[in-house]
Amino acid sequence: MKFPIFMDNHSTTPVDPRVLERMLPYFTEKFGNAASRNHQFGWEAEEAVENARKQIAKLIHCDAKELVFTSGATESDNLALKGVVEMYREKGDHIITCMTEHRAVLDPCKALEKRGIKVTYLPVEKDGRVNPDEVRKAITDKTILISIMLANNEIGTIHPTAEIGKIAKEKGILFHCDATQGVGKIPVDVNQMGIDLMSFTAHKIYGPKGVGVLYVRKKGPRVRLVPQIDGGGHERGMRSGTLPVPLIVGFGKACELCEQEMETESKRLGALRDRLQAQIMEHMDECYLNGHPTERLPHNLNISFAYVEGEALLMGVKEIALSSGSACTSATLEPSYVLRALGVGSDLAHSSIRFGLGRFTTQEEVDYTAKRMVEAVTRLREMSPLYEMAKEGIDLKSVQWAAH
Amino acid sequence: MAYSEKVIEHYNNPRNMGSLPKDDKQVGTGIVGAPECGDVMKLQIKVENDVIVDAKFKTFGCGSAIASSSLATEWLKGRTVEEAGQIKNTDIVNELHLPPVKIHCSVLAEDAIKAALADYKKKAGAEAPAAATVETK
Repeated sequence: MKFPIFMDNHSTTPVDPRVLERMLPYFTEKFGNAASRNHQFGWEAEEAVENARKQIAKLIHCDAKELVFTSGATESDNLALKGVVEMYREKGDHIITCMTEHRAVLDPCKALEKRGIKVTYLPVEKDGRVNPDEVRKAITDKTILISIMLANNEIGTIHPTAEIGKIAKEKGILFHCDATQGVGKIPVDVNQMGIDLMSFTAHKIYGPKGVGVLYVRKKGPRVRLVPQIDGGGHERGMRSGTLPVPLIVGFGKACELCEQEMETESKRLGALRDRLQAQIMEHMDECYLNGHPTERLPHNLNISFAYVEGEALLMGVKEIALSSGSACTSATLEPSYVLRALGVGSDLAHSSIRFGLGRFTTQEEVDYTAKRMVEAVTRLREMSPLYEMAKEGIDLKSVQWAAH
Repeated sequence: MAYSEKVIEHYNNPRNMGSLPKDDKQVGTGIVGAPECGDVMKLQIKVENDVIVDAKFKTFGCGSAIASSSLATEWLKGRTVEEAGQIKNTDIVNELHLPPVKIHCSVLAEDAIKAALADYKKKAGAEAPAAATVETK
């Protein structure tokens, strides 16, 4: 086994060697600017880009012409939200989104609120899913966009995207989906799901960091956007700037691999994830799964270990790369807002660990991780005054804490 | 942001982790923090002839919180009750090289020391504010 073990594939993924191999020539030999129309270097680069476009389009069942390259999913989200609002401002000023969206959607929404746009942040059920009826109820005659992610990055919960798409179609409202965590892991079809705009990025699917895409529907309806970056009119005017050809080539190859390997890979990862879950939860009491038990990404696990704090737990297994919903691990010192939205108490939010398995995760690594987690939790529980009190029969909810 | 070596040392080899009998008249118990905040420290001292002869801690919190409370017990042993009251959170910050974002862990440790001292003094007869009140169900 190689240490440290990487089990945080929701944050990013390593570039697949097969992807890297495809990219390299475009750094040194075929280094042309894809917009150079008059020489071999440009034509070669353009061909590579168009080829990649086709590979990406195949994965999500759209037309290659419907893809706009960006620097990543965050930029794609910004382009979708701000671009739509600015284009359709005459039609309305209301957006519907969800409390558990990624900051890449929530922060642009907050920025748009400052510009006078009204935003409804829908709650989620205890399992993390948004209720389509709540979406329907929130629609007004001023609603111009619904933005709800395909699958959540913390708890892996998969939303009822096709149902939401159907409602959006029925009401004639554009539907944007941040599909960063789901593309390449579960089947995505923008037509079947009624999606009009979709963001995703390469670095979550074994491609390079620095490139993403926004799918923009061309027919039924034709979606228009006000570009957020001007300067040359690249990507049919929607996003100016020289295309990062090697990164795009990598993105295309990464999508092709996902399309070919998704079925077997998701089965393998699902089995490994279930194994990890069983090995952990069968050996310890008071461990709680966060998120939907079955409508869940095959490679995701999120567990709260009562009486033990997340950052301390990560320190105890520092040869394994994981992540936590604890306040101590966040830049803002706030516990995970996603877990809070599920109704998980702050104490359990501080005690949560997220496991993200991936293409290169082995069974040996899973078994090792389970063993070490049990060890670390057991050790920290011995050190925990809360565990001691709970064992003494004290109801922690009845204690009056002398908080600072 | 890697953890400081001293914090890791305390985490791997905590000093004086454990419990003293709460009902012992010579034992002062301080419980500070709250589970919702992600930080709870229990600090206990055993006092004989005004000198702290033993100290124990248990902490629910991050590595820096564990290290701060572990260090506190190390410093408390051998000090008089008065000297113990002079331990400042800044001393802990300096010893453990805590970054700004972890300073509050040292503050909580200082609070825990004061709460344990107060509890001991209360038991010994002096008037003092109490720390957490626990009701056994």
